[in-house]
Amino acid sequence: MTLSLYAEVLIQGVLTGLVYGLMALGLSVIFGVVRVVNFAHGEFAVLAMYATFVLFTATHLDPILAAIPIAALFFVIGWLLQRLVVQPFVVRPQHDQFILLVGLAIVLVNALLMIFGPDSRHTDLPYAYDSWFVGPIIVDKVRAYGAAAALAVAAALFAFFRFTLTGTAIRACADNLTGAAVVGLDIKKLYALTFGLGLACAGAAGAIMVALTDVTPMLAPSFTLLAFTIVIVGGLGSMTGALLGGLLIGVVEALASAIIAPSMKSMVSFALLVAVLALRPQGLLGKPAT
Amino acid sequence: MIAGVFAGVSTRARILVAALAVVLLAAPLVLDRYLLSVLILVCLAAYTGQAWNVLLGFAGLLSLGHALYLGLGAYISAALYVHYGIGPWLSVFPAIAACILVATLLGWLAFRFRIEGVYFALLTIAFAEVARVGFDHIAFTGGAGGFFLPVRSEDQGQWWNLRGGPTFFYYLALLLAGNALLLCALLRRSRIGHRWLAVREDPEAARALGIDVNRARMSALLLSAAMTGIAGVFQAFYANNLFPSQIFDISRSIDIILAPIIGGVGTLFGPILGAFVLAPLGEVLISATGAVGLNAPGTKALFFGLFLMAIIAGVPSGLWPRLAGVLRLRSAPDDHALSHRRDEALPRSCRGGRCFAERRSWFDLRGDRSKRRR
Repeated sequence: MTLSLYAEVLIQGVLTGLVYGLMALGLSVIFGVVRVVNFAHGEFAVLAMYATFVLFTATHLDPILAAIPIAALFFVIGWLLQRLVVQPFVVRPQHDQFILLVGLAIVLVNALLMIFGPDSRHTDLPYAYDSWFVGPIIVDKVRAYGAAAALAVAAALFAFFRFTLTGTAIRACADNLTGAAVVGLDIKKLYALTFGLGLACAGAAGAIMVALTDVTPMLAPSFTLLAFTIVIVGGLGSMTGALLGGLLIGVVEALASAIIAPSMKSMVSFALLVAVLALRPQGLLGKPAT
Repeated sequence: MIAGVFAGVSTRARILVAALAVVLLAAPLVLDRYLLSVLILVCLAAYTGQAWNVLLGFAGLLSLGHALYLGLGAYISAALYVHYGIGPWLSVFPAIAACILVATLLGWLAFRFRIEGVYFALLTIAFAEVARVGFDHIAFTGGAGGFFLPVRSEDQGQWWNLRGGPTFFYYLALLLAGNALLLCALLRRSRIGHRWLAVREDPEAARALGIDVNRARMSALLLSAAMTGIAGVFQAFYANNLFPSQIFDISRSIDIILAPIIGGVGTLFGPILGAFVLAPLGEVLISATGAVGLNAPGTKALFFGLFLMAIIAGVPSGLWPRLAGVLRLRSAPDDHALSHRRDEALPRSCRGGRCFAERRSWFDLRGDRSKRRR
């Protein structure tokens, strides 16, 4: 392989990785604040992919622009899910929460399977095969747009947590729940808000993903695993870690499919997961446990 | 040994168990081929459920990757049979050995680095996924195209090669399920059983009592893996075809956990009751939805997912404790289900209560720490 080909694979990995990172960011935020593991995260991302696909076939709305309404829709779904289903489980043991969301994941995948069937669907974007030449390197236009959109959504989320009062309140819940409750924060509401934000990330990432790959319901479990792998590799508790983990996994998978075989890429990222768990269990950017 | 199992069990319970055993032993006399095949599924689900239950129900470790051991056992015995003509009664030993080897690796990785709770579950999924992708590329066992055991009419009745009719497989599955129940009942009363419960309920307290927590967890993991591996051998010779995308799939792992969760995690009869509820329900669903013209497997899985959510939300300790109450069985002293009590260490603020507890920090690391009572 020539050097420029490596560079192309690398750039492609970085661009796709940013979208992965956005999805994982949602998972990280939900677990960090509500402390419930959203095992149906990838399922929601795939649901968003189908929602975007339906929207695209109906109105020809660009999937990357559709990320905004889809994120809003998934915010509402997340809010309702936390309020109606997950809230009673906040105080239940971890395995109960996990089993609940595994059940939800099964329901989502099979509902999609029943509605859309197992065949893969894809959107025909007018600029799907356009690309830019940066010297000898080819950059996919659609991937660059997708990555830019993912970065924009992530930046908005960072800004929300950093600069708004509500964002600070959510961080307070995560840091010290007792204190947060003592100063009178409405924790139930903030949890619902956080769950909504987490799913909005998954929704936006799913909408962008439709522009990049075909969608089948079978993608869902692998997306969930991917999101978990990214969060663990990046370091739980670090929002930048989630994005960085996404980048890393994106690059590793792109290189693995180029060098070994496309079907082996998930194996390589699991190997990375095992290596991180063994060598640096707090993740790349996580704080060590005391 | 058998006497040890039944010590302290009420006469009423003994009579019910004996009646169930008689009914199950006599079942092939009255059932047709189809119903018998459903009953085989029931026994198999009860067996694998019992194996999985050792891990979560007894030792408190949630595995969502048990398909790994099922697939390993199946592939190893099938490969030895197809390529070297070694029968399953012999190849079950290398199958078990392989499961134990892989489980040791997983356990070493998990326990050495104190990977608990959700992380442990994820690690099990990751291992199963690696196996699935890996077996897709092993040409020796057919790769992604599947691996097929020869079915020849002249082999019929070779019990030493697990070649037989439904009745033969039924009694084999019943034997597995029955032995698993006996084994679990014995272990539950033994030293190691008590250690498991102690570790499950409170690892820190168990450690303080001098229990080697990692060793207890490892022994539960190895036993569970070995038992599931045996089910894999059965599966290979019963189904006669193996596909990595099926036998290592996460949906297979979820099939394994359904019965014990619905019956009652941590109880001895939970997996059995769950299997008796689930397998017939699945069959009814498939025929009913097929008649309406819906995608039958999808509808079945969708319904099971909803069922799982309903059980965990409504009856988290499963159906068996309820049924035991209805049958007026004095619940055997060792038959306590995995607790689902609301953990006091967690904030009640979420329910508008009054007591709060500190949480360590923004995005805690690794699992359960905040849930420990202090």
